[in-house]
Amino acid sequence: MNILGLWNYWIVIALMMIGLYILIARENLVKKVMGLNIFQVSVIMFWVSIAKVRGGTAPIVPEGGGDVLYSNPLPHVLMLTAIVVGVATTGLGLALIVRIYEAYGSIEEDQIREMDRAEE
Amino acid sequence: MIEHLPALQTVLPLLAAPVCVLLRRAALVRVFAALVTWSCLAIAFSLLQEVLRNGAVSYELGGWAPPLGIEYRIDVLNAYVLVLVATMASVVIAFPLAGRELRIPKERFFLFYALFLLCLAGLLGITITGDLFNIFVFLEISSLSAYALIGLGRDRRALTAAFSYLAMGTVGGAFILIGIGLVYQMTGTLNIVDLGQRLPPVLGTRTVWMAFAFLVVGTSIKLAAFPLHQWLPNAYTYAPSVVSAFLSATATKVAYYVLVRLLFTVFGFAFVFERVQLTALLLPLSLIAMVVGSLAAIYQTDIKRLLAYSSIAQIGYMTLGLSLANLDGLTGGLVHLFNHGLIKGGLFLVVACALSRVESPRIESLRGMGKRMPWTMAAFVVGGLGLIGIPGTVGFVSKWYLVLGALDKGLYFVAFMILASSLLAVIYVWRVVEVMYFSDEEQAVERHDAPLSMLLPTWVLIGATIYFGFDTELTAGVAEKAAAYLLGGAS
Repeated sequence: MNILGLWNYWIVIALMMIGLYILIARENLVKKVMGLNIFQVSVIMFWVSIAKVRGGTAPIVPEGGGDVLYSNPLPHVLMLTAIVVGVATTGLGLALIVRIYEAYGSIEEDQIREMDRAEE
Repeated sequence: MIEHLPALQTVLPLLAAPVCVLLRRAALVRVFAALVTWSCLAIAFSLLQEVLRNGAVSYELGGWAPPLGIEYRIDVLNAYVLVLVATMASVVIAFPLAGRELRIPKERFFLFYALFLLCLAGLLGITITGDLFNIFVFLEISSLSAYALIGLGRDRRALTAAFSYLAMGTVGGAFILIGIGLVYQMTGTLNIVDLGQRLPPVLGTRTVWMAFAFLVVGTSIKLAAFPLHQWLPNAYTYAPSVVSAFLSATATKVAYYVLVRLLFTVFGFAFVFERVQLTALLLPLSLIAMVVGSLAAIYQTDIKRLLAYSSIAQIGYMTLGLSLANLDGLTGGLVHLFNHGLIKGGLFLVVACALSRVESPRIESLRGMGKRMPWTMAAFVVGGLGLIGIPGTVGFVSKWYLVLGALDKGLYFVAFMILASSLLAVIYVWRVVEVMYFSDEEQAVERHDAPLSMLLPTWVLIGATIYFGFDTELTAGVAEKAAAYLLGGAS
């Protein structure tokens, strides 16, 4: 178990940080949604990778019975739900952005902030 | 039928939401949604009675036995939170929707009710379930509908507020999901009670510490605990007032419940308060939240924003009770969960009443309203007294327990801070009262109060803040039982 042996976690951490960075640093709202997506994907990758058993296959009993080494199917199933949640979040986020564009004529957060300040 | 009450508690509103979209007629949908919500309240009350009489109820979803199957587990703690959520929903649903506060035209009001029921289903689901992953799913159901509800506000800033809440809330949800993944990795179970038994042998591992950090930070975002409260002021300010009333009284409270459940049932008292020493972090942050939230509230010119900042301070009281981690402190936190729900829900409904007659939610525009809308403004005064914690209101009951909890631990400074921040509450409540009643303009004003259909639900909540100030059997009594139950395994 050396550092490189845990490469799946490194990928997860890298994706997560990229997602968070985009979410925080970008002013464009659509890019923020993209960052959020990357962030969520990293979590899904994490869950799927912890379920993997080396040499494991699908959890199906072979013809004629007998044991088979299989990966844990539960996290995969749970992540199907998490993916649905992610899609719903993205859909709602984009719908809000459409509304924001109709109301402000911009989807750049700094310009929107400027407009709000001018109003007050 | 009776044994399936736990499942009906969430399934009923969940199925009713699409039916609202099919019915479409605003008047019809409103009656239907109200009936569904009130049945949820009846179910919640009968569950609470059942739990108080016979102890925890366990319900196996689909007949699959836990820990493999999903279990709905109701003990004193979540039966109590279920009653709070269902009560607040029942009052808010009775409140008539004001077209001028909503972005959607009257013929689309059925969408509001569909979202409302979905949000209710999510909140009840989080509370009732005994499965960690289920909590995440219900959390997202309630959060997604909450973002949409906030976005319904008339002001265009409601949209940006909803978007930033969506961004922060999703990060919080993902943090919770990572935390769940890490504990699942260590134990192979998602059932909360089962986790409580399987975690102790692996509590020393770094994985569990990471899981703890992710779960606490994730729920703290949803809870709007200082300093993770950034989404809250805008969301409550620009959302329609009824939505602010509902969310301020339920969404953050349910997040608090999740935090309590994680700390006491999943990770356990010994780990959280003796090894991690969470108090060292949570106590100062709670104190800062109490002071900074109240100070910020003093300087607001918008009454909804004032109430939102006051919410941050009040959440500070709740987390303070949690960080004290003794019987009185935890009782105080849990009872404040209920009491603050009543007070803040009531006050936001007062704002909704006021906005039916006044153009803007700025405090200035309430000038002289004490004469014009006597009942509405009197409700604000009573609710405000509750926020301050005057004896005879519910606020006093919570603060009494919190002070007792602090003194019990010998933390005199903390007890002093509870009283000091109550004084700050006097200032921000007084600022509004002064504008309402003591403005110089002495012109003959016509009495033009909010309609009875609005005043009635408002006064139900405001009246309850007085009633439960005297009769503490249901609130403090049950909260104390819940606190004793949570601490039971530890002390």
